[in-house]
Parts: sequence; C-alpha cells; structure tokens
Amino acid sequence: MKLLTCPLNGTRPISEFFYGGEVRAMPDPDTCTDTEWSAYVFNRSGVAAVKCEWWCHGPSGVWFLAERDTTTDTVLRTYLAPSAATRR
Amino acid sequence: MPWRLLKFALKSKHPEPRMFTAHSELKESYDAVIIGGGGHGLAAAYYLARDHGITNVAVIEKDYLGGGNTARNTTIIRSNYLTPEGVRFYDESVRLWQDLSQDFDLNLFYSTRGHYTLAHTDSAVRTMRWRAEVNKHFGINSELVDAQAVQRALPMMDITCAGHAPILGALYHAPGAIARHDAVAWGYGRGADRRGVEIHQQTEVLGIETDASGSRVAGVLTNRGHIATRKVLCAVAGSTPRLLSMVGLESPISIHPLQAMVSEPVKPWLDPIIVSGSLHVYVSQTARGELVMGASLDPYELHSTRSTLDFAESLAAHMLDLFPFLSDVKVVRQWAGMADMTPDFAPIMGKTPIEGFYLDAGWGTWGFKATPVSGKTMSYTLANDRPHPLIEGFSLDRFRRYELTGEKGAASVGH
Repeated sequence: MKLLTCPLNGTRPISEFFYGGEVRAMPDPDTCTDTEWSAYVFNRSGVAAVKCEWWCHGPSGVWFLAERDTTTDTVLRTYLAPSAATRR
Repeated sequence: MPWRLLKFALKSKHPEPRMFTAHSELKESYDAVIIGGGGHGLAAAYYLARDHGITNVAVIEKDYLGGGNTARNTTIIRSNYLTPEGVRFYDESVRLWQDLSQDFDLNLFYSTRGHYTLAHTDSAVRTMRWRAEVNKHFGINSELVDAQAVQRALPMMDITCAGHAPILGALYHAPGAIARHDAVAWGYGRGADRRGVEIHQQTEVLGIETDASGSRVAGVLTNRGHIATRKVLCAVAGSTPRLLSMVGLESPISIHPLQAMVSEPVKPWLDPIIVSGSLHVYVSQTARGELVMGASLDPYELHSTRSTLDFAESLAAHMLDLFPFLSDVKVVRQWAGMADMTPDFAPIMGKTPIEGFYLDAGWGTWGFKATPVSGKTMSYTLANDRPHPLIEGFSLDRFRRYELTGEKGAASVGH
C-alpha cells in the first residue's frame, strides 16, 4: 500500500495518513468490570485478517474507516464513519 | 598442520558432521514441545537439556532454523535499559553472551564495541542521564558523555547533523556488542541436538489440544501428525497471536514489520554501535565491513515481511545526516521481520491461564539480545512450573492488573 483513498480528498500518498487502529466496541466504563476494561484498553486482535480500521488524513484532519487485509496490505474500501457522515 | 589439511582436502569423503540430526518421524509423545526454532526456542531447548535434564523434547519449526527474526535483527547486544526489571534481565543476558562461544565450541564472532545512544534534545539528555543512573545503580557500565567526547570517539561523524539536529551528548554503554546471529541459532540447536532434543524443521503447528476442561494442554497437532504432550512453549515472535488464538487466549500483542538494510562492505571505520532515537537510526559495522542499519517500526499493523522504498530512502537520508561521506556507498540488501509489539515495550514471558502452555513472546524489536537469558529463564519456568524470578515482572497477567513495566524510553528508537 503506497496510496490510500480518503473519502473526501481522494487518492493520496500513504505518508499523508495516520493509522488509528482497529475499530473496537468500548464497554460501558460505568458498568463493566476492571478485567473487561483492562481487556478493552490493552488487548488487540493480533491475528491477520481483513480488519476495519480508523485512518486519518493528516493535512485535512479527516478521520475515516478503511477495510484492509493485514496480510497483503491491500485496502478493500474506505468510507466515512456513518455517524460522522450524518453530522457533517 | 599443512599435511593434515592436505590429507583432509584430498579425501573423497569429508567426515565433517552435520550440525543437527535429521529425524524422519515425530514420536507419539514428548515431555515438552517447543514451537518455534529460532534463537529463543532453541536456547530454551538447550538449557532444558543441559541444566534441567529434560531431553525428551521436540523443537518444531514451520520453516528452517533461525529463519525468522533471529535472521532479521541487527544483532545488537546491550543492557542499558531503564526499568530495574529490564536492566537486571538484560544484564544477565550480556553475561551469558560473553562465554557462549566456549559453551558451544562455535565462534559467534561476539564483538564488544561500545554503544552510543545519541541525544539531540534536552529531553533526550535527561532520559540518557536517567538511564545511566539506573544502570550504575545495578552495577552496569553506562555513562552520560558530552558532545565533545562523542566527537573525539567518532571524528568522522557530523555532530551537528547538517545543522538541524545537533548532538548534545550521548549515553555510552561500554559492554554494547554485536554477534553473528545465525551461529547463535546453530550453536543452541547443535547443543540441544547433542543432548537428545529432537529438532523438526518443516513442521507446522495446525492446532493445540487441551483436555476436556479446556484449561490444560494435552497435545499439538502438526502437518506431520499428532504429538501428545503436557507442556508447550510458544516462542514464535510474529505468529504469537495466531498460536494464542489456538488456545483461546487474548493478548495485547500487535504485529508490525521492522525493516533493516545493509550496505556494501567497506574498509573498517566504525567501531562502536551508534543509535539515534531522534533520527531513527541504528548502525554498526560487521566484521566483513558491511554497515548494518535499522530504523523505527512500520507505522501500522501488517503480517508481512515486505520491504519498502520509503524506508530505505528515509533511513539513507538520516544516515547521511550523521555520516555525509557515505553518499557513494551502496545499499545491497533490505529485509523485514514481523515484530510482536507490546504496549509497554517489555516482553510477555512465563505461565498463562492455560496450564502447561508457556509463553515467550512480545519480543518486538528487542529480542535478539535476550536470546540466552530468555532460554535460561523459560527453561526454568517449564521445568519448575513457576516463573523464574527474573521474569516475574513480564507475565501476561500484568496487563489485567494494570502493572505495566514502562520500558519505552529504552527499548529501541522512535516508537
């Protein structure tokens, strides 16, 4: 992957982007146990797969989602997070 | 002995023995199975056989011995860490390294060079001083030196770094060393093999079986058949999350490629090892004259050992900041390894919630220097079913208890 397509700015060099990690559901900090919270804070799905990840286009500050195969480093698609799209 | 040499050369059959015995079949069961035939796995096998008398052991390697991160690191050995756990652990490793060649009867080309970690900012100088003081407290030879001392030791270095990142000082660590990485794997492998350990290459683990309750290891399923065993040591670096998923364990490990490259051989001019966190460079010159260079991790998760031009360009640019006269020297090889990164830049070692499943992982970018001590402590852990005192701070459990070790300041450059 040398290029990445930002849903707003189009295809740009990968050096313009920041990786934000895999999209993960946050447990409710008020009701979850300490163990559930530490698992959320630290544990990651380290196995290779097609993952849905947060990426940010640095110069414009746009955060978006990318579905990427972490074995081949190919991006299947990129799109704005649904909630961000409706706020816009 | 020229006559003996001549006779040897003229003989039609050379009696030189193979390094390892080839075993055509896996046995039905072993006392312990070590997954991963890299430096760490083979070292554990060696010390299990030598120090604990456990020789009914199989080392299982998917590919060939020492072909993973053992072959892909930049071979730097040092103990100038930041946390007491780290300093004690790596110092023991440096001690073990120093007489390993005698132990193996194999030349590891262990070469003590001295190690400069350059500081280009005030905050880096503070961290260096902190590391030096922690090191001295534990009796390790580290000291903070000023820019003039760096220039005296390395007259060929541009200590202003082309004016944009002047060097203010450095952490000097005299025991810093390099060694020949392949020989480490072969030495441990041969030592284990001679003591009765079976090494099985081209043997891939397909699954790990647990007993009915799911909490105890019962066996290992491989592409060459089933093995019954009550003890499994997982020492597979970049494949750790996949092995953990076979026993249903979660971990904070994520996989990032770490790239490195090597120049054409040139006349010896660089004796010490040079590291710059700000410039993302570490470099040493091998006995053959090649410059072995590395930089920071790739910035995002990837399960691949591909190399990138971006990496080579930026590392070359930073090398030229330090050593402008290298502009005509060519890069001849570039490669990558899969580093199993942890959030606190310390390894994950010891027991796991699955009884009989031991972990030697999370070695990220700092595994090679720890090869002897990890083998020694993991073999103790396997033999006694309790963690060695040196690795108590590195258990998988520490994340659940929010007791991280905080080794980031010293683990490597530019993370």
